[in-house]
Amino acid sequence: MSAPSKPLLTARYGIAESWKLAKAEPAGAYRIAREALTNRKPADLKEEVKKANIRGRGGAGFPAGVKWGFLNKREGEEIYLVINADESEPGTFKDRSIMDLDPHRLIEGAIISCFAIDAHVAYIYVRGELAFSIGRLEQAIAEARQAGYLGERPFGIDHPIEVYVHSGAGAYICGEETALLNSLEGRRGEPRLKPPFPAVKGAFGMPTIVNNVETIAAVPDIVEMGGEAWSSLSRLPGDGGIRIYGVSGHVKNPGLYEAPVGITMRELIDDYAGGMLGDRPLKAVVPGGSSTPVLDPRRKVDAPAEADPLHKWHGQSEIDVPMGVDTYRALGTMLGTCCAIVMDDTVNMVEACRNLMRFYKHESCGQCTPCREGTGWLVDLLDNLCDGRGKVEDVELLVNVSNNMMGNTICAFADGTAMPMLGMVQKFREEFMEAATRGVPEGVRHDESVRAMVEGRA
Amino acid sequence: MAFALTPEREQQVEDVLTRYPERRAALLPILWLCQRQNGWISPDVVEYVAERLELSTSIVKGVVTFYTMFFDEPVGENVVWVCRTLSCDLRGGKAIQERLESKLGCKAGHTSSDGKFTLLKAECLAACGQAPMVQINDHYYENLDLALLDRFIDTHAANGADAAAAEFATFASFHAPTGRDSGRSSVSSAPPPPSREAVRLASQPPPPAGEKGDET
Ligand SMILES: Cc1cc2nc3c(=O)[nH]c(=O)nc-3n(C[C@H](O)[C@H](O)[C@H](O)COP(=O)(O)O)c2cc1C
Ligand code: SF4
Ligand code: FES
Repeated sequence: MSAPSKPLLTARYGIAESWKLAKAEPAGAYRIAREALTNRKPADLKEEVKKANIRGRGGAGFPAGVKWGFLNKREGEEIYLVINADESEPGTFKDRSIMDLDPHRLIEGAIISCFAIDAHVAYIYVRGELAFSIGRLEQAIAEARQAGYLGERPFGIDHPIEVYVHSGAGAYICGEETALLNSLEGRRGEPRLKPPFPAVKGAFGMPTIVNNVETIAAVPDIVEMGGEAWSSLSRLPGDGGIRIYGVSGHVKNPGLYEAPVGITMRELIDDYAGGMLGDRPLKAVVPGGSSTPVLDPRRKVDAPAEADPLHKWHGQSEIDVPMGVDTYRALGTMLGTCCAIVMDDTVNMVEACRNLMRFYKHESCGQCTPCREGTGWLVDLLDNLCDGRGKVEDVELLVNVSNNMMGNTICAFADGTAMPMLGMVQKFREEFMEAATRGVPEGVRHDESVRAMVEGRA
Repeated sequence: MAFALTPEREQQVEDVLTRYPERRAALLPILWLCQRQNGWISPDVVEYVAERLELSTSIVKGVVTFYTMFFDEPVGENVVWVCRTLSCDLRGGKAIQERLESKLGCKAGHTSSDGKFTLLKAECLAACGQAPMVQINDHYYENLDLALLDRFIDTHAANGADAAAAEFATFASFHAPTGRDSGRSSVSSAPPPPSREAVRLASQPPPPAGEKGDET
């Protein structure tokens, strides 16, 4: 149950001009990369990452060390590292802070990771909107190359490493790893069928590791502390370290907070984010990006059996379960990107749901019929419900459409749409039923309730 | 006249081509260079790019139409994206859009009559903790309220994009942890205090930030 004695990932955020090599290096940047490349063996470094139990920070929570273990380079093959900086999952805004405030940490992580997995090129795929972050990264890469940390002989060793930034151009689906690879290759960002998985056949047909920005940025600390020590910063087993938590919506201090894995949602909202805006009651929280099913603080964990992974929290509110990849899965949701969207009692859940489903309709790549058509139907149904043209049967239809979208598609986008939709209906059914009979009364629409705030009247 | 990149951008194309094992991978970077120069991806840009990368024009067009940031028709001098996804809407995204529509004199999806601004709705722009927000060209403007929005749109209209960006654009910046608020949500039972090292990050507009606090 140890808390970190000092911030790690965000340690350099507070330094003036932290993004410059001249400021980052005296504060420790590249010290660990130098040590790793000159004194450690790649297999060792991989072992540390494995022991660190770091679960991918991009949403799926797959253990990075295990993923790295899938690589099996054959004769004539080149391994690529691709860093996912697409950061487009609604509610998520953490990776941007790393790129803007400590780009050298990400580059250092990329150097160590390339050396560990025997790659010579890393591509950082950044969503196109983040022109500012792209500029910071490119500047930092130029500085690192100038200093001899990238290029033909990084730190004087015979293992060339280059890091390139590749800009996206506006498409949420390009965050999905195989769509991202297509986009990197100059194609439409449409997901590919898996298998083959990227570790076998990824960028340019070569074995490729795709990892999130925060995952790679954690590698220097993991190597420095040792995997086990880093892992034990977490409050949970098998889900190591610290992470960057985001909070947006109706809290007093929205923002990013570094904390151990396994704090609770209640702690995040009350202790880190300063509690609810205007001290209004918490109604619902989308825990880790829009694809993760909503939590309802009124609901209690039902795990009477001792063997149940959630038994320890039996009878407690959903928001008192520690935030971990496995605990949240057991709870029927997902930790996702660990960036929470907090909603107070003025929010109508049907309206909130419509907002998110419009996003998915807009962003479906259209390759699979259940996804392309399903997202459209969901929005039509929700439009009808909100506008008072809905029927009680429409609520069941939302459930049926969602169920038919699941497990029937090329990529996880459709599941990531259907699951939160189902969660909303399951947990706030009475509100959907009410909307079906009465529409959504103007006064509780979330966009109206905050009008006073933006107008400076609140 | 056929489209051509400036010699400086041509040089950048050469550099980009060295980064990938396959020529085609340079497609997005080159489209970006062209759009920065030309404002949009016109048919002669498509021709140029297709020839440069030895691709068919239909392949290039197929890629252009896939991505929302590539414009396949002309847009205003400045492109304004207003985020309307949930985190922004929870904090007034709709009001921001309405104010922009009235100030710019055009509905979302349209260009102002003087051709200066195209207003578009955006999906989440990875700035949710600093909601509501808009993006204009390459810059983010966050933690908006209507008064701040008015000031920066007026500056933009009067003194141009660079002046407005210099005064109002935002990027992630560090804030020391704020004092813990005594206010607690009604569902709370007091948990232990967080470690003092909790980092609070928020994008704040450069000065005059003080004024904003007075308004809320
Ligand atoms: C629709 C969809 C969107 C995704 N968007 C992102 C994203 O923006 N950033 C990200 O890192 N991972 C995203 N992912 C997850 C990636 O496919 C992949 O799992 C991840 O980048 C792997 O890195 P990690 O193991 O370090 O988390 C997305 C997945 C799906 C299905
Ligand atoms: S599930 Fe949706 S987003 Fe994914 S490939 Fe199919 S249509 Fe495209
Ligand atoms: S919802 Fe507007 S930036 Fe994320």
